[in-house]
Parts: sequence; structure tokens; C-alpha cells
Amino acid sequence: MRLTALLAAPLVWLIAIYVVALAALLITALWRVDSFTGNLDRSTYSLDNIKTVLTTPLYRTVAIRTVGIAALVTVIDILIALPIAFYMAKVASPRIRGVLLIAVLTPLWASYLVKAFAWRATLSNGGLLEWLGAPVGLQSPGYGLTAVVLTQAYIWLPYVILPIYAGLERVPDSILNASSDLGAPAWTTLRLVVLPMLVPAIIAGSIFSFSLTLGDYITVNIVGGANQMLGNLVFVNAGAANNLPLAAAVALIPITIMIVYLAAVRRTGALDNL
Amino acid sequence: MRIRKLTRRTRAVVVALAIAPLLMVAACGDDGGSDEASEEAITELGENEGQVSILAWPGYVEDGSNDPEVDWVTPFEEDTGCEVTSKVYGTSDEALNLAKTGEYDVVAASGDLSLRLIAAGEAAPVNTDLVPNYENVFDFLKDTEWNSVDGVNYGVPHGYGANLLMYNEESVDPPTSWGAVFEEEELAKHKGKVTAYDSPIYIADAALYLMKHQPDLEITNPYALDQKQLDASVDLLKTQREYVGEYWSDYLKLISAFETGDTTIGTTWQVIVNAIGKDNVKAVLPEEGATAWNDTWMLSAQAENVNCAYAWMDYIVSPKANAQATEYFGEAPNSEAACAETTDPTHCETFHAGDEEFSKQLWYWRTPVKECLDGRDVECTDYSQWTTAWTEIKG
Amino acid sequence: MILSSSARRVLAVLTWAVLALIYVPLIVVVFNSFNTNQAMTWPPDGFTLTWWKRAWESQGAREAVLTSLQVAALATLTALVLGTLLAFALQRFDFFGKSSVNLLVILPIALPGIVTGIALNNAFKGIMNVELSLLTLVVAHATFCIVTVFNNVQARLRRMGGNLEEASSDLGAGIWTTFRLVTFPQLRSALLAGGLLAFALSFDEIIVTTFTAGIDLTTLPIWILNNMFRPSQAPVVNVVAVVMILLSIVPIWIAQKLSSDTQGVQ
Repeated sequence: MRLTALLAAPLVWLIAIYVVALAALLITALWRVDSFTGNLDRSTYSLDNIKTVLTTPLYRTVAIRTVGIAALVTVIDILIALPIAFYMAKVASPRIRGVLLIAVLTPLWASYLVKAFAWRATLSNGGLLEWLGAPVGLQSPGYGLTAVVLTQAYIWLPYVILPIYAGLERVPDSILNASSDLGAPAWTTLRLVVLPMLVPAIIAGSIFSFSLTLGDYITVNIVGGANQMLGNLVFVNAGAANNLPLAAAVALIPITIMIVYLAAVRRTGALDNL
Repeated sequence: MRIRKLTRRTRAVVVALAIAPLLMVAACGDDGGSDEASEEAITELGENEGQVSILAWPGYVEDGSNDPEVDWVTPFEEDTGCEVTSKVYGTSDEALNLAKTGEYDVVAASGDLSLRLIAAGEAAPVNTDLVPNYENVFDFLKDTEWNSVDGVNYGVPHGYGANLLMYNEESVDPPTSWGAVFEEEELAKHKGKVTAYDSPIYIADAALYLMKHQPDLEITNPYALDQKQLDASVDLLKTQREYVGEYWSDYLKLISAFETGDTTIGTTWQVIVNAIGKDNVKAVLPEEGATAWNDTWMLSAQAENVNCAYAWMDYIVSPKANAQATEYFGEAPNSEAACAETTDPTHCETFHAGDEEFSKQLWYWRTPVKECLDGRDVECTDYSQWTTAWTEIKG
Repeated sequence: MILSSSARRVLAVLTWAVLALIYVPLIVVVFNSFNTNQAMTWPPDGFTLTWWKRAWESQGAREAVLTSLQVAALATLTALVLGTLLAFALQRFDFFGKSSVNLLVILPIALPGIVTGIALNNAFKGIMNVELSLLTLVVAHATFCIVTVFNNVQARLRRMGGNLEEASSDLGAGIWTTFRLVTFPQLRSALLAGGLLAFALSFDEIIVTTFTAGIDLTTLPIWILNNMFRPSQAPVVNVVAVVMILLSIVPIWIAQKLSSDTQGVQ
């Protein structure tokens, strides 16, 4: 019965608020909007919106583009986060570790929007990047998908470093020592002992960077040139076009992607360890 | 969601929890404002309610909290006792959704929004006799097709401005035609440095160009396009898309792009030209004319504070406040009297306020609807089709 | 594990280099807060203190910061309670559907903000018929913040095991006493870490906020977004960002101090 007491509040919260909201959104995808008055027509149910999303090439193109960007951002962030987190958790002295943690956490407090605009200035024609890179002939990639990947990877990096750092902290030094006592070179220890133990932490980090990128529509507006992402299509349809049913149908794409991703991750047993 | 490992019991609970509220929604039906819209404007005012909530473009309702020097809300509050709360929106489409919540008494609407508000039953008729300052307003702004329907007035004019063509003289020859951003051979000269307004309503800019250059399409009004005409406009914009560096909707983005040289040609507003303030960045009204916006203060059909709403409408169209607001935003004021109140004596000249010749070259934003605005007896494309088209143009 | 000293050096250089890169855009922000050019172009046109003065006088900015602090604090508190309860339930008990619950708690952060945003907006207005307000915003934020607390607490619980608690109850302590004197002290740094992340998430969140905040509610990100649209205001935003970065060091430092102290005890 202690279980019920513990579970009741959070579960009621998550179901009554979140699951119901999601379910309602899915049902909305079956409705349509009166185009001139903009009011919801709840009388008829049809799969038209979903059909539109599945058959229009636009949605496919944008979905592929968005997933590609999110995957790239995630890979970049993990590759950067791994050595940093390792250095913080296992190499640096406790004092340096504290400084590093603060250094990683601080950028979180500079608003997301401010950072995105800072990247806009950095990547602009004659901006900081070209200004610094001029001696080596470095050119700014300009505004576009590369800029989106850079900016997003930058913004979400702390969210990937933190779980990996926490995961590494959980790896006892005794195991590392045992491995090296048994004659394993450092690289082998890392590959065969540390990395497998870190998988859940890496996945936790990837969920942040992948999903946050998947739903973004603001960064791409600021540095993405003329491109759009899935978030833009949902936003345009929900807000601008006032077509919530179509927006809900488009939203099914990221929902499906994330659920497939989570399910795949769960099969590895990682979520139980998260 | 959690299909795989749910037990039958939990699944039943989840389903029950999920379905019950939905049935309630379905039963509640439409809670929009269409039924509540009163057909008659009120004939006399009562006592002020003590508060009013306003939905407007950024820079229309400034109370000094952003810049202590910029404040025309406080005097209003002191005069009328109506406490102002306000919300800003980024696009007309966003405003429509916000207006529908019924949380606003007054809405500042551009022409691509005003008719949609009226059609959705969100706008109430306005009795201009109760707005004493209305008489100052330029006559050509009154009773127009974006603020009146069947002789019933739905709002008072605020200000207006044209969507001009801006270019950087250092890299672009001074253009005289919109062809500079629509003809492929012109576009090729500045690939990746072209910009355009990021909204479905921008399709009208392409339609206006086709109206002047492809007579066989028989476009007579850029906001009344049948399917064939819309397709032609969309094709034109898809060609343009390949040369566009970025689209803009907030003007800081446009300003920074022009200052750094990332963008060298595209649509603009006069206020942006002024904000850049560089000699090599200029704007013209091309020979085809231009699309334009013309904003109206409208009364919500769900307004709870009607008297304060009227007080606001009267205040904001009054010469002093109108001059402050339109000058801050950067657009033409609504009256000669307001022009006399601007701090920059050349403001009205810069923005062509009251210049009827200038105004005649402008096609003010309208909401495209199924029933053709130009009175043709065919079915026109409506705004939702334009929106879909716009997302496809951007690709 | 013995890392060669050259490997250590490489790691150190790499870490500091990346951190330096992380700070480049922030330095741009600092420069721009003194830049005479309103559109924040690089290189700066000239030096001015106007924006700092304007920011200092900006009542809107101050109120927005307070609102955001309030929202983040309330959301974090809620998330702390719910996340901890859930972590205990999942870590200490075995029950059917456990992994579904696990998935459910991750869902609000795993699904893109825009989805969560429109779903909650639709639910609040369409289903529950409540007006958007501070409350709806806090509820929305708390929903996606639960997971950060949950993750941290669950990880800590797994490491702790139940031995100490069992010992405590064997010695006659009640549930509450055991929690207060045995469990909580061990959890403190996990709660701090989770809470801090939740606070940061909420404080800077804009997408879900756009769809779930009441109209008269201006959080800092919303204020920033509104002011980014006004060229004459945009540089003030940079000032606010710089101030927030500076101010943030204090709570992070305290949290860091506290958590390393407790870790020392273990």
C-alpha cells in the first residue's frame, strides 16, 4: 500500500494532464477547421489530415531533414561530451572539477534566444567567425542547415555533458583499477569497461539533444536561412494557419519518431537504468 | 504510447481516463464567439470598468516598461481609470488565435486579419459616434473594405504602411520593378542574398507582379486568386525560393542581415530603412505598386470591458497618442492632426501619410476568401490554401 | 585506471578548448551589450553604456525575471515532490507496468516542446476549460521537469540500496524518521542536481511557455522574444542575458559546494 501512496500523485498528474492532453491532440487530428471562421468542426471524424501528412512530399522532405539535423546534433554533442565528462569525473582534481561544472552549467542561464542571436552575429557575413578565421582563410558557412546544426549542438551541449558526467561518477574507480591491474591498457578499459556502463547515461543525454532539436522552430528561424523544420510546420499550422487538426497530424511524426526511439532504447534495457 | 507492456487493467484505466474528457469536449461543442456576436453596435456608453485588455502588434501599446521614455498608456490610465493589460503578437495568424480566446477587449488588426475576425464572429460593430476623435481621421481610411462589411463599421483606423523594395546600393543596381526579386535573370545576380516577408500573405506580392506582367492570367486583385492564378503565383515564388537567403518576419533579423550584407535586396517596411539609417541602403516603391498593411482597432465580440474599450479606441486614434504610437512603430498616422503632433516634423512626409496618390498604388492586405473579392463568379482560393501553398514554397 | 600523462594532458587541453569555444558566443553577447549598433552586428560599431542604463531602468525586464524565478521555483518544487515519489515507487517496488511508468515520465521531455505545448494548450482550454495563467504554466513546466528529478533520485537510490533504511527501521525508527534522518541526507545532492536542472529547464523554456502561459504573464524568455522584435530594445536583451549569466554563478556555486560536501561524506 505504500506503493499506491507513492505512485498515486505522480501518476494521476502525468495521466490526467499529459496522457489526456496527448490523446486529445490525437483525436483533434481527426477533425477539421472551417477555413474562413477558423472554428473547429468537431462533428465529423476523418483520416484526411493524416492522409495529407503521409502523402504530401513536403512533410516527408521536412521530416527527413529534421531527423537528420537532430541525429547530427546528438552525435556531435555526444562526441564532445564524452571526453569532457571523462576529464571532469575521473581526471580533474575535485577543485578543478567544481570549476568545470560551474563552467558547463553557466551557459544554461544565458537565454536560449540570446545564444541563438549570438550565433547569428558570429556566423554573419564578416562576423566573428570570419573575423577570427580570416588568417587561416576560414569562411562562415552562412545561414542554413549547417548553422542550425552548430547552434543547436551548442545550445544543448550542457544537457548532454551533465548526464554523461553523472554516469561516469557512478563508475567506481575500483573497477577501473581492477581492469588496469589485470593488464588492460587505458584505451581497452575505456572501451570494454567504461563505455558499456555509460550507455544508459549517453542515451539519457541523447534523449535531451535529439528531442529538443526535433521540436525546435526558433533556432532555424534565426540562423537557418530559408529552411524550415518539423517544428515550423507544427507551429505554422497550430498558430499561424490556425489549423490545429493538421498541426496535430504533423505532430504525429515527431511523436512516432520519439516513441520508436524510446522503444528501441528500451529493448537494450537502457531506460530501466536511466 | 505505452502499448507493449500495459496490462489489460491499466489499459482500461488509461483509456477511460483519456476518453472521458474527450466526450465532454464533443458534447460541449463549439465554444467560439460566433453565437455571442451582437449585430448592433451599442448606442451609448456607460461607466468605465476599470480595466481593459488589448491585443496588438509590438510597439502599439507601450507603457514605459520597456523604455521609460516611450509611454502613452500611463496617461490613458490616469485619464480614464482603465487599467491596461496588453499582449503582443508576431503575425496576423497568431493574433486570430489569441483573439478567439476572448481574453481581449480590443484588437489591433491588419487587413489580413480584420475580415477573419468579423467572419468568425469575434468582432463587434463599432459605433463611431462614440469615438469623438474618429472625425479627424483621413477620409480615405474610413469605411474601407477591410474595416466595414455591408455598411457596418467594425473599427477605427490606426496607421498604415507599404511593403517597399529595399536594396543595398553597393551590390545592387537601383531597381524600379519588383522584377528584381521575381525574374530569374535578375535574381541570379544576387543568389542567396534575397529576402522576402515570411507569411502566406506574401503570395499577394507575387500575384501583384503577375497582375502587371502577365495579363493573360487576368488577375485583377492580388487577394482574389482562383486556383490557376494561385498556382502561377506559387510557381513564381518557388523560383524565387532558390535565390532567397532567408525569409524575415521580425524586423531585427532583416536589419542585421542588411547591415552585415548577408542580404542585399528584398521587401521591407519604411521603419526598417530608417532603423538601418545607412546611405547605401535604400527603399523604393516599384512601378507595379506594392502590397501594404492598414491597421484597424477592433472591438471584440466577447469584450467584457466595452466602455474602457471605447475609451481606448478614442484615445489611440486621438492626434497625440496616434502620433506617438505610429511614430514609434514607424508607419503613417491616421490623420492630419496626428501629423502635426509628431516629434519628427518630416515623419508624415517620410511615410507618405495622407498622400492619396501614394495610397492609390497600394493594395492593402486583405484576407483571401472563397468568394472572390473582385466579384468574379468563380471560386477563389482561401487563406488556408495560401498557408498550405506557403509551406510548400518554403519546402 | 592509469592514464598516461600525455593522455591526461590531451584530455585537459581538449576540455578547456571546448569550454573556451562555449564561451565565445557568450563573449559576443557581452560585447554586444556595449555595442552602439542596435542590430548587434560584428565587429561592434562603438562603445556605449546606453543599453545598461536602459536595462537598469527597465521595469519590464525586472518583472519578467521575477516571474520566471517564481515559475521555475514552483515548477521545481512540484517536480521535486512528484519525481521523488515516483523514483521511490519504481526503485523500491516491483509492480506490473513498471517500465510503462518509466516511459511515461520520460515522455514529456522526450516529445518535442511544440507537441507538449499545443497538447497542453488544447487540454487546458478545450478540455478542462481553465484560463491560461501562472498555474497552467507551472503545471506545464512541472510536467516536463519531473523527469530530471526522477532520474537523479532514482540513480542515487539504486546506489544507496535499502540496507541503511532497513537498519533504521529495525532499530525502531518510523517511516518518516527514517526518511528524515537516513534517506534524505543521502538524497540531498541528487535532489539538488535534479532540482537545479529542472530549474534551469523551466527558467529558459520558451516553446511550451508560449502555449501555456496566461496573457498577462511575461516570463523572461517571453520578454526577450517580445523585445527582440523591437530594434531599439534588442541590445537591452543582451544586457539582461549578461546579468543573468553573472547572477547564475552564485546559486550554481552554492549547489556545487553543497553537493560536493555531501559526496565527501559518502
